[in-house]
Amino acid sequence: MAERCAVVGIAQTHHKKVRDDVSLAGLLREAGQRALDDAAMTWRDVDAVVIGTAPDSFEGVMMPELYLADALGAAGKPIMRVHTAGSVGGSTAIVATHLVQSGVRKRVLTIAFEKQSEGDTTWGLSGGRSGGVGAGGYFAPHIRAYIERSQAPEYVGWMVAVKDRLNALKNPYAHLKVPDITLEKVRDSPMVWEPVRRLESCPASDGACAMVLTDEAGGDRAPRPPAWVHGTAIRSELGQFPGRDPVNPQGGRDCAADVYAQAGITDPRREVDVVEMYVPFSWYEPMWLENLGFADVGQGWKLTEDGVTELTGALPVNCSGGVLSSNPIGASGMLRFAEAAMQVRGTAGEHQVEGARTAVGHAYGGAAQFFAMWVVRSTKP
Amino acid sequence: MRDVAIVSFATTGPLPAVDDTETQMLFPVISEAIERSGIPRADIGFTCSGSADYLAGTPFAFVGNLEAVGAWPPISESHVDMDGAWAMYEAWVRLQHGDVDVALAFSSGISSRSDLREVLCLQNDPYYLMPLWADHGSLAGLQARAVAEAGLVDEVVDTVAAPPASDGAAAVIMVAGDRAREVCERPAWIRGIEHRSDPHYIGVRDLADVPSAQVAAAAAGVGGGPIDLAELSAAHPHEEVLLRRAMGLADLVEVNAGADPLMVAGLAHIGAAATAIHEGRAGRTLGHAASGPCLQQNLVCVMEGTP
Repeated sequence: MAERCAVVGIAQTHHKKVRDDVSLAGLLREAGQRALDDAAMTWRDVDAVVIGTAPDSFEGVMMPELYLADALGAAGKPIMRVHTAGSVGGSTAIVATHLVQSGVRKRVLTIAFEKQSEGDTTWGLSGGRSGGVGAGGYFAPHIRAYIERSQAPEYVGWMVAVKDRLNALKNPYAHLKVPDITLEKVRDSPMVWEPVRRLESCPASDGACAMVLTDEAGGDRAPRPPAWVHGTAIRSELGQFPGRDPVNPQGGRDCAADVYAQAGITDPRREVDVVEMYVPFSWYEPMWLENLGFADVGQGWKLTEDGVTELTGALPVNCSGGVLSSNPIGASGMLRFAEAAMQVRGTAGEHQVEGARTAVGHAYGGAAQFFAMWVVRSTKP
Repeated sequence: MRDVAIVSFATTGPLPAVDDTETQMLFPVISEAIERSGIPRADIGFTCSGSADYLAGTPFAFVGNLEAVGAWPPISESHVDMDGAWAMYEAWVRLQHGDVDVALAFSSGISSRSDLREVLCLQNDPYYLMPLWADHGSLAGLQARAVAEAGLVDEVVDTVAAPPASDGAAAVIMVAGDRAREVCERPAWIRGIEHRSDPHYIGVRDLADVPSAQVAAAAAGVGGGPIDLAELSAAHPHEEVLLRRAMGLADLVEVNAGADPLMVAGLAHIGAAATAIHEGRAGRTLGHAASGPCLQQNLVCVMEGTP
């Protein structure tokens, strides 16, 4: 690639059930303005805007880049919109990264968002008029299959929920905060989709995440330490066919292998300092630990059980509280990418991992068939 | 920039109401584009598609279209909820990296099953404009009036008609560098590809002008030489007048204009402009895509037969 890419500005909104204090455009504007502030840039400095969100029907606005062009200062500029289901926040960040790395643009503002309160997301996730089981209903059998295969004790899912909810207390932007969270409280919460209990599930949030990406010169000039992109990868596979393994999808494994190769990572468990992975239901932490090569097949849950993935553990996972604590769907993937970058910039505040230099951001979507990842470091590639 | 060319193109053309699913409609088109390129499917390093969930009337409609590509083993793939021209743009950006040499871009749209006058209202600002139910045809009428009042046309043509509601699909194969020369006798080399947006609110726009098309055309290098053929996404006669003026093509004879099928038209126009080069009918061509009411967003692709 021609150019290095630096993440010089990062912001997110406060994620809430209903952001009725702002319009859809206001929500994106809030994230975009604060990301530009972080980069000491203005709207005028932006060469191109790339936005991402989940299906248009979640908010009822078709092709929202048209309506949002004004609020995002994109009049007279290029603006495009990415849509790759739940992985979209990650894919959007990758499209923005490629615009810089290719040398096509120098300064790109990228924003991912969801204002779930504007529509009925659960209806949309359940196939709209076609009807269906929703995301939890779809993924629950995969989780059950994982538990059967790995013989993981049931409390591992509860442990992930407790960890992420405790981490969320350290994140001022997190939506769901349960200060008195305990294993017992998770265990006793209602069963929603067997074996997933309510406190093991993500909320429905309004929120947006924005990043400013620049070329190397922009990174060198940035007022605060940038995060440098060392690798990006996406993979897609069909959602259903005989022989596919939805519990440990090939697409996720290929995506991880690709991004590690780009970043020169041969032993992710030891060379990565912190991970933000897309965990909408607690059990996806051990499942993705295996899928992304942080643990051998069937062994992921042991990292959780041993406390390795805690904020103070050897491989902290979702220090922000993760998707379990904030889920503005279209933004959730970009939040993972952004939180990874915040860690290597040293700007994660109370949920900062000491001395984090290499971080992984991960998102997935569809029928666990779309994957997006990046590796960011505090140092240049 | 790396030299990248369109080496093959396939399309259904505008179809009346199809009975097929979007995936069924796409499958032969994608296969044809790949076969024409002579490049093995496994050599495609990046795939990008464009479509609109709202046309299909269901969220995640694009996911099914992956079946028409064949994504096993897993592929590097992305999607924009935009005209396929923007999918092609994303793929062109990806090819600029140097590690991928072949990309597939495709798009599809079935408009015949929805009421476009209703559906396209949802592109408007959801708080202030959408509740007025001002559809694309009505807004085009306002623009036609502005064009007439500016003296750019002799009379106002009644454009307050239903938008085109055809169905269709299109696909292109893009190849970088020497490999393009190996697989195609006359590759359509992309000399410039750029896109811009105008404001959404028509109240803050001069409807008798399309600055985004003008800037995109200039950035894509339209003025760098004579254009032999222009393929324009224009749904109404006054839109063609505006686009010709904005891009400096006022006197060009060889212009094909039309804006259907929705989500496909832009990629299909670019593909047709590339085909004219493949077939030796033109040396320098322009393909154009538009999006949104009153030509809000415009993409321009300039291609040449010689690198």
